[in-house]
Amino acid sequence: MGRFHRHDDGTVHSHEHDSDGHGHPQHDHDHPADHHSHEHHDHGADGHSHDHGAADHDHSAAADWAGDHSGYATGAERVEVLERIFDENDQAAARNRAAFDAHQVTAVNLMSAPGSGKTAILAQVLRRLRGRVRVGVVEGDIETAIDADRLAGLGAQIALLNTGHGFGGECHLDAPMVAHALADLDLASLDLVLIENVGNLVCPAEFDVGAHRRAMVCSVTEGEDKPLKYPVMFRAVDLVIVNKIDLLPHLDFDLALFEANLKAVNPQAAVLHCSAKTGQGLEAVTAWLEG
Amino acid sequence: MHELSLSRAIGQIVVRAAAGRRVTRVEVDCGALRQVVPETLTRCWGLTVEGTPLAGAALVVNPIPAVVSCAVCRAETQLDWPVLRCGECASTDVTLLSGEEFLVRSIDVET
Repeated sequence: MGRFHRHDDGTVHSHEHDSDGHGHPQHDHDHPADHHSHEHHDHGADGHSHDHGAADHDHSAAADWAGDHSGYATGAERVEVLERIFDENDQAAARNRAAFDAHQVTAVNLMSAPGSGKTAILAQVLRRLRGRVRVGVVEGDIETAIDADRLAGLGAQIALLNTGHGFGGECHLDAPMVAHALADLDLASLDLVLIENVGNLVCPAEFDVGAHRRAMVCSVTEGEDKPLKYPVMFRAVDLVIVNKIDLLPHLDFDLALFEANLKAVNPQAAVLHCSAKTGQGLEAVTAWLEG
Repeated sequence: MHELSLSRAIGQIVVRAAAGRRVTRVEVDCGALRQVVPETLTRCWGLTVEGTPLAGAALVVNPIPAVVSCAVCRAETQLDWPVLRCGECASTDVTLLSGEEFLVRSIDVET
């Protein structure tokens, strides 16, 4: 988690502008990540429109020197950007979603740690949907077609997306990558697109790929503490599929504790239990995924 | 690796905003719930910009705390960990006020 910088007055911000500090063009900020003193802190005369809510740091102290460039002749300028770092991805995601909507296709982004059973679950789901729901799968992996091959012959259109090939070996799928993969799917002939993300409990949660719903798999061999350790992922999903429950008799895994931890970080998430090995619980998982 | 992906995304925004000017400093707001380690992001930033026109631009991360407002007792709580719960009455009926920010606030460019 990020480090907070707390001030005596209760506000939290990395830059403290003491009332007597404004006259100093060289103004050292005590910040762990800030390795230099910056000379000018101009937030612009138009004030701040960013929405940090009530707990936002108070910039009002800076307003009285906003726009004042006197004593500042190094030929530098601060440019306000205020651009969300995921904006570009989110715009691509919106285009993907519009493409799905145009063909009345439901898209689900399926995420998990490596080895939790996404592909095994998908194989079970595809068997159950075969002949009833027309499914496309976007299969994301850094390397190899192993998972795509595992899903072949189950009646689904499959678009393989190796992030190691021209996508910088990314540890997640982002919206432009999925847009690229959609060229390999005939959306007009599909009802449902299942996007199997790269196995990773961190990065995939940050990148909207344009799916309508997000689900993740967490297997009982992973430990009850995972929702607390990977809150961004567990907060990002509508459904948590608890897989490998056939192993419960052999493990110390405390299902109730896991669900309490999940509820603590994401009270809205639905939970389904299954075993991709035995097929237990797969009917409910299938029903959720098909919407 | 998370921070490396994010560094690249930041770099794209900065290059666009800089419009060819040399960038000396980049300021990023980062909410506590984004699971970003500022020191790691700073280090990854150094790797990302090495050998590019952004080389030498310092990345400054402003950590924004995760704060929830309680619907029951109206208290505001700054969270120390990602459990969305009121620090006063322990209710989970809370609204997130801050903590999910992730944006490029400003860049310093040479003119």
